[in-house]
Amino acid sequence: MNMIQAINSALDVMMARDPDIVVMGEDVGFFGGVFKATEHLQARYGKTRVFDTPITELGIIGVSVGMCAYGLRPVPEIQFADYIYPALDQLVSEAARLRYRSAGEFTAPMTIRSPFGGGIFGGQTHSQSPEAMFTHVAGLKTVIPSNPYDAKGLLIAAIEDNDPVVFFEPKRIYNGPFDGHYDRPVTPWAKHPAAVVPEDYYRIPLGKAAVVREGEAVTILCYGTMVHVAVGVVAEMGVDAEIIDLRTLVPLDIAAIEASVRKTGRVVVVHEATKTSGFGAELAALIQERCFYTLEAPIERVTGWDTPYPHSLEWAYFPGPVRLTQALEKILEA
Amino acid sequence: MTDMAEGVRRNLPPLTLHVPEPKFRPGDAVDYADFDRGAAGAVSRPAIDASPDVMRDHAYSLVRVLDDDGKAVGPWDPRLEPERLVAMLRHMALTRAYDDRLYRAQRQGKTSFYMKCTGEEATSIAAAYALDRDDMCFPSYRQQGILLARGWSLVDMMCQVYSNRGDRLKGRQMPIMYSAREAGFFSISGNLATQYPQAVGFAMASAAKGDTRIAAAWCGEGSTAEGDFHSACTFASVYRAPVILNVINNQWAISSFSGFAGAENTTFAARAIGYGMAGLRVDGNDALAVYAATEWAAERARANAGPTLIEFFTYRAEGHSTSDDPTKYRSAEENVKWPLGDPIARLKEHVIAIGAWDEERHAAMDKAVIDEVRTAQKEAEAMGILADGLLQHPFATMFEDVFEEMPWHLKEQSQQMHDERKKAGI
Repeated sequence: MNMIQAINSALDVMMARDPDIVVMGEDVGFFGGVFKATEHLQARYGKTRVFDTPITELGIIGVSVGMCAYGLRPVPEIQFADYIYPALDQLVSEAARLRYRSAGEFTAPMTIRSPFGGGIFGGQTHSQSPEAMFTHVAGLKTVIPSNPYDAKGLLIAAIEDNDPVVFFEPKRIYNGPFDGHYDRPVTPWAKHPAAVVPEDYYRIPLGKAAVVREGEAVTILCYGTMVHVAVGVVAEMGVDAEIIDLRTLVPLDIAAIEASVRKTGRVVVVHEATKTSGFGAELAALIQERCFYTLEAPIERVTGWDTPYPHSLEWAYFPGPVRLTQALEKILEA
Repeated sequence: MTDMAEGVRRNLPPLTLHVPEPKFRPGDAVDYADFDRGAAGAVSRPAIDASPDVMRDHAYSLVRVLDDDGKAVGPWDPRLEPERLVAMLRHMALTRAYDDRLYRAQRQGKTSFYMKCTGEEATSIAAAYALDRDDMCFPSYRQQGILLARGWSLVDMMCQVYSNRGDRLKGRQMPIMYSAREAGFFSISGNLATQYPQAVGFAMASAAKGDTRIAAAWCGEGSTAEGDFHSACTFASVYRAPVILNVINNQWAISSFSGFAGAENTTFAARAIGYGMAGLRVDGNDALAVYAATEWAAERARANAGPTLIEFFTYRAEGHSTSDDPTKYRSAEENVKWPLGDPIARLKEHVIAIGAWDEERHAAMDKAVIDEVRTAQKEAEAMGILADGLLQHPFATMFEDVFEEMPWHLKEQSQQMHDERKKAGI
């Protein structure tokens, strides 16, 4: 399966298992979604469980909170993460706080799916990576898969989770892993081991990172598309790096990070999102607090620049192989 | 900018920006002579499945049942049994007594904040009487009457206001942000109008499941300006959700009069027309009209005939909150001369007019509800008041319920707080 098929399969499996799951969003019903993630679901489960919505993100999330109050488990889709902002009040002030403010009387077991990330010439409003806006919110979980197998297992776990989960899907790798070499043909998922996805139910626990490659020289912390950039660069450079795919940003797998940093003493954090107050800043701070005496070099951050995501200058913006290579060279020499 | 204004099309009159201004400011004499109440009983009562198309006039008139003599007249008279009317009257009086007592408690420093609903008691209590107990209410912060009408414990409510040991919300919420799932009373949020699309979502869920429960939401006229109001109306209309969307038009959003929410140009009930929804505009100080309109909308929703937007026209008789001083922005005469009167006085007049009540019983009831509130207050205060400070809830509870299970970082922070306080000797 590619990542879209894996996500579709997760939704299918869960809708079959739990009649309280509803899927809603712009174009998700009859049409099956602009990325086809919800294809066939309406035909299979009916219009009262899979339906199109008006174009109002705050409405989609607000209505989902009310459905949770009734006892459903909505899986709303926001067509692009860039368009999640109108729903911020409902997400931050309502979904995230509901359990806390009602002392558990009401909860919001919803999973907000949204394609995110750049590398597709999406320009300013089809490329953003706003994960730090959500990791900053107490009460929200943030999950970002990097391959089809994880996407299905993590999405199932997110849907089953009783807390609101923001599930960002890196759309650059919907059809195949992307290592940042935009001038080379794209490899389809079919040639990747993680494309072997069981048809049935399985879950990958939230809050657990994956060690993509074990190594001794340096720890690379990454998630989403950047996992594949890191894998590609490490192979090209022949560096003995340990690559950790965080998979869940909140709650974070701090144990996996600490174990790796204690072993390597060097850390490069990679994300597409802009640098200032990005999630990399939180990672760097945590490592500084917890692993200071094992660090042998300053923590490097390879991130998007602090600018809106540009269109024509995409490959100067995207934190690709050139920049990661130089960051690794720098930290290994330090 | 100056150049642009002088440079082009100088033969046109300059544009002017209209900034609304209320009719009366502090010290002004108030005259409601041009206020058209319409006669009680004059507005027709459509069939519950009437098309919104034939209901346009209902958005611009005022459904009223009680006339100036306290008689119930016209097609909207819900013909309630006298016992039910008296019970409703008692709950309205209880709400006012509860408000008065807790307002004073705030002034005495027993808690940080309070909000009264004086003058608006009918809009929550009569509505709650017309709904089924298991219909879910999504209130704003001024519908405490719903909880009282549903028989919720005064002590429980007061404990929330005091953030004391008995507060089920563990001191996490500001006073009056109640949550009572068992009473069909959704957790109140400080963020205005967020409950509106949530109510629609609850109603959609109920419909999708083939249930028979409906939802009702309340917001003030000021909050109708929020985007949530528009999203909620759109969803309610699109999916014909079994929901009642109540707008309590009490004329004031803190210091800004209803003109800043659009009232100079239209009614709030008229918003329904644009969404293709049934809309009713109702005398909010007429408990029978409130009951009848809510009953109509509830029957409509239960018959799968769609949502209703109801504007309850009323007046916020007191300050916005204990943090507000209304004498700074409006005339004190407004409340006294309000042409729709006081909801409790009007219902009282009615039950006396039908021979079900008298002044003696009313005086006794007033005393009884004050006693009931005072007794509850003693019981609640025995569990502490806000001024008792940090002794109310174990500190660690602050970190609970953020998530279903406490993640490592919150466990660490909880431990850190414990260690810091221990070291500081507090």
